[in-house]
Amino acid sequence: MAQSSSLDVLLKGSSGQSTRGLLRIIILLTIAAAAVASRLFSVIRFESIIHEFDPWFNFRATKYLVQNGFYSFWDWFDDRTWHPLGRVTGGTLYPGLMVTSGVIYHILRFLTIPVDIRNICVLLAPAFSGLTALAMYLLTCEMSTSPSAGLLAAAFMGIAPGYISRSVAGSYDNEAIAIFLLVFTFFLWIKAVKNGSIMWGALTALFYGYMVSAWGGYVFITNLIPLHVFVLLCMGRYSSRVYISYTTWYALGTLGSMQIPFVGFLPIRNSDHMSALGVFGLIQLVAFADFVRGFLPGKQFQKLLTAMVLLTFGLGFGGLVLLSVSGVIAPWSGRFYSLWDTGYAKIHIPIIASVSEHQPTAWPAFFFDLNFLIWLFPAGVFMCFQNLKDEHVFVIIYAVLSSYFAGVMVRLMLTLTPIVCVAAALALSGILDNFMVMTKPNPEAQAKTNAEDSKSLRSTQKPVVGIYSYFSKAVVTGSITVYLLLFVAHCTWVTSNAYSSPSVVLASRMPDGSQFIIDDYREAYYWLRQNTPDNAKIMSWWDYGYQIGGMADRPTLVDNNTWNNTHIATVGKAMSSREEVSYPILRQHDVDYVLVVFGGLLGYSGDDLNKFLWMVRIAEGIWPDEVKERDYFTARGEYRVDDEATPTMRNSLMYKMSYYNYQSLFPAGQAVDRVRGTRVPTESPQLNTLEEAFTSENWIIRIYKVKDLDNFGRDHNNAVAFDKGLKRKRASSKKKGPRVLRTE
Amino acid sequence: MPAKRHAASTTSASAPVTPATLSSGPPTLKTNASAAAIAQHVWEQYLATTPQRTLLLDAFMAFLVLVGGLQFLYCVLAGNYPFNAFLSGFSAAVGQFVLTASLRMQTSDSGSGSSSKPSSKGKNARFADDDKEEQSSGTSHERAFADYIFGSLILHFFCINFIN
Repeated sequence: MAQSSSLDVLLKGSSGQSTRGLLRIIILLTIAAAAVASRLFSVIRFESIIHEFDPWFNFRATKYLVQNGFYSFWDWFDDRTWHPLGRVTGGTLYPGLMVTSGVIYHILRFLTIPVDIRNICVLLAPAFSGLTALAMYLLTCEMSTSPSAGLLAAAFMGIAPGYISRSVAGSYDNEAIAIFLLVFTFFLWIKAVKNGSIMWGALTALFYGYMVSAWGGYVFITNLIPLHVFVLLCMGRYSSRVYISYTTWYALGTLGSMQIPFVGFLPIRNSDHMSALGVFGLIQLVAFADFVRGFLPGKQFQKLLTAMVLLTFGLGFGGLVLLSVSGVIAPWSGRFYSLWDTGYAKIHIPIIASVSEHQPTAWPAFFFDLNFLIWLFPAGVFMCFQNLKDEHVFVIIYAVLSSYFAGVMVRLMLTLTPIVCVAAALALSGILDNFMVMTKPNPEAQAKTNAEDSKSLRSTQKPVVGIYSYFSKAVVTGSITVYLLLFVAHCTWVTSNAYSSPSVVLASRMPDGSQFIIDDYREAYYWLRQNTPDNAKIMSWWDYGYQIGGMADRPTLVDNNTWNNTHIATVGKAMSSREEVSYPILRQHDVDYVLVVFGGLLGYSGDDLNKFLWMVRIAEGIWPDEVKERDYFTARGEYRVDDEATPTMRNSLMYKMSYYNYQSLFPAGQAVDRVRGTRVPTESPQLNTLEEAFTSENWIIRIYKVKDLDNFGRDHNNAVAFDKGLKRKRASSKKKGPRVLRTE
Repeated sequence: MPAKRHAASTTSASAPVTPATLSSGPPTLKTNASAAAIAQHVWEQYLATTPQRTLLLDAFMAFLVLVGGLQFLYCVLAGNYPFNAFLSGFSAAVGQFVLTASLRMQTSDSGSGSSSKPSSKGKNARFADDDKEEQSSGTSHERAFADYIFGSLILHFFCINFIN
């Protein structure tokens, strides 16, 4: 506080406390506005549309909630996904996001502001990012006495690309509100530890409960807070404040988290939550030991303590082993293992490894997402070591843990960003305060101290110039201003170029520089909506399940929820096998249409052929005898789609569907696949059991109709051959058939 | 969790009462006394120094431990069929116990001052300023009790919601 007042005296003379308060509020509001505004690129550039994949499900669920009310949402059994299994959607989602926007919708309705639910969903993430900036201010103000730190942190949080990546307008995902809740929960927790009051602990628990209802990442809080307490205990910093805040949080928070059906009994079953329980037990013991210590002199106390510690440790450890062995406590979940061993997922769970956001982070990504904050980050952590209070311990633990996790999984960059903002703001405000506020020491006082110090070193008597001069101040402030400006420029650039694409609508530039909108996805989904029966089952790879459900409103076989690996592997097998194998699978699952994404014409690299190997791997995980990854590579181990592609590859359903009739677009012999940069075989693959139903403008989406059984009971090979009127072909295909079989 | 351990320490102290009587249970204690004797000593000290109101809280906590223990025993012996009900009952007991312990800490901390404050942090004198800060911002009894009620309300709301 002393620093702040001196700063204001320096800058604004005798302006009162209230003026400064007002100024701070205005600055915060401006930051919030900037945070919202910088996320609107995609709305301005494209339109108000839901982005990507998961948001489409959230949007669909929100619409369901708004239309049918809360209770039927809670009991929602969705028979239009995961055909024929269905999904108990109400019990297997985190409802926080949908309920939040539902509440906002009804409040606005009540205020007679008729807003479309879609617009609420699109703009929810920017709105909450404004709140995140405010929460960040509160959190950082708890860490530092300097008021500038909070404002800086809020500004960083508002525009840091690491957070923007998940919260642009339209990315209606759980993270949109979860990061706000994360930061705010941590703020409340720090407040609770500082004050040691039940109220703050209970508030922490409430917001923790909200967080649990919103995002699976709540496990991070569940482990971070106990770890903080544990470290405090190890440092000998036990106090009644810690006891009160932790136990209140744990008792209420655990109960609160169990209210969510999807979480249910996990907090007492799952090992991810065990550390919280363990610390809860530990702190009870420590509290009791501390209580007893009040009555005893040191020596006896130690004796009693060792006896107690041995007893409880033996009991606890034995109990834990017994429970784990007997299976009462669930084994560690796969995602958890993959956090520790980055190779784990690749070996054991291809479905987790196949998701791009579960990949390890590349180094440049840190700089890309955080710019100069990343090198201020260690400095800030170091400054936390300097005045090591309880809350600084928290920052340090958070920093260490989250920077590890961010290195393991790309998407956990999101949890790193808040702490980087805090630490960087601490460092930067430390520098700024030191340089701008530091007044020239009074020469008389200087002389006095010099006299008292008698004759110390001669050099110490001169240096009134040093860092007190206006020149050095100007250099430091100037360079920091430049860095800040560069940071803003970088953030704006990253946001506008990397993170503002809806990925449902693609944009590219024409040679003359004008924008060219590629809208194939919506074109195809709209075709499905208009031209197929209401309950036509669509099979596609799981990436597109949510979009088909949301935009085309048709039942799908698998979607991004990926709860049933076998079902996904079935689809993978159907895609990667020969038609004779696939057709029965398609029939068994009532598939009416098959949808593939093909980017060969446009050079769109995220297409199904590039994801094809994951389909093969996932299918191989379930049917190792029938699908073999090796068969899809050439003898030299290359993944090829041209003339040298392996027979397995060329006969797979996915390959055939992708290149069916593709060469007809080009002059003879010049068909080129622009994604893989190769020539395509001059002959079109022959599809017997499917027929082309729709191909979008740029060929990105191709939809095939599954043929019904032949009227005359022939198999489709013969029927097609007969339709072509080629007896010779039929004979040759008959000849070919067995030979293909033998090679496999 | 003072009360639970007290329940334990009373039982452990009542069994080996005969060796403890050799020292006739005076406030002075030998440096090489056995653990049981020390426990006995603590128990007597506790009875002597704790004010009435805090004793009441402790009795309530002991009761909660009893309730929780009974439920747990039932769960182990008779099966956990209505698991929701068991969980909410048990966590209501635990939560209420914890809240009461917190209330006890807050009231006895600021009430009886630093003399009988159990959590005196003599060990780390480094953080003396921290300590001072804590004392000056110590919550008043009324505030502590209001907090306690707030926490209990939330706790029981969750429990009732969870009980099915």
